[in-house]
Amino acid sequence: MQIDMKQPILQKNDAIAAELRQRFAENRVFVVDLLASPGSGKTSTILATIDALRDEFNIAVIEGDIASSVDAEKIKAQGTAAVQINTGGACHLESAMIKRAVDVLDLERLDLIIIENVGNLVCPTDFDLGENLKVMILSVPEGDDKPLKYPGVFQVAQAIILNKVDTLPVFNFDRAKFEESVHQLNPQAPLFPIAATNGEGVQEWAGWLADKIRAL
Amino acid sequence: MHELGIMTGVMDAVTKSAEEAGADKVLKITLSVGEMTECIQDALVFAFEALSEGTLCEGAELVINMITPKSRCLECGAEFEHDRFHMFCPECDSFATQLIAGRELQIDSIEVDIPD
Repeated sequence: MQIDMKQPILQKNDAIAAELRQRFAENRVFVVDLLASPGSGKTSTILATIDALRDEFNIAVIEGDIASSVDAEKIKAQGTAAVQINTGGACHLESAMIKRAVDVLDLERLDLIIIENVGNLVCPTDFDLGENLKVMILSVPEGDDKPLKYPGVFQVAQAIILNKVDTLPVFNFDRAKFEESVHQLNPQAPLFPIAATNGEGVQEWAGWLADKIRAL
Repeated sequence: MHELGIMTGVMDAVTKSAEEAGADKVLKITLSVGEMTECIQDALVFAFEALSEGTLCEGAELVINMITPKSRCLECGAEFEHDRFHMFCPECDSFATQLIAGRELQIDSIEVDIPD
């Protein structure tokens, strides 16, 4: 017997994500899902972003890693609430994991949750976490050819951060070529060149994000 | 790993539908997968074989229809197929385009054996 299903494969994930989106909206919490490679400066970017926005917004961070709580400790050391999710081998976060993390956060008093996804440019792309925005970071040492190799993540991102621009003089990174590739894949997304560790460009990025949060 | 997560979703949904229909065996599973998801067909098949072992899906035929990406131009309205990388409009060269196909991850249908 044939059964017509016409059912999205990630329906379970999408259903939980929709539930989360509703909960976030009810509590007026803005959620950013941050995608990038390992070592691209996700945690440094989050720390710099918190620094720029903490006077205006209450922020919490959900850290996704295969193992360890190193990142959550760094965030907590700055005085911000952080929940660590260890995926135990899985290469991306799923909405059910976010649901468990959100249960320990006080949504009522939060304005912004930043989710640091597992370092990976492929897998997290297809998984809705109930976020308002997917933002991706590429760092200069990774090379200007990454949009050509991982087009999916550059297309789903609603903003793209180019981190470690302070290292441009020592890497063979063709910024014009990179910007052209990104523009071809995703003409709508703004591009923010930053150096998270020295603060360069962070105000522009954080200001753009703040406008989105205020508009909620 | 990406494919493993996706196949876990397939197994969950297929098993539920098959059990609801009273089936004791799944014979065939047909999926539509958009090329923009960056799923690799071989990896999907491998994940399926690994996950289906000892379940009612074991030995089922897995048919994967890969969907070619398609976009619509927001400037001139043209609809066109393209590869994973070049999505500008071939008619007017605009980059303002919207993907209308190519991100599918869908279970189309299954074929099951229902005992008499």
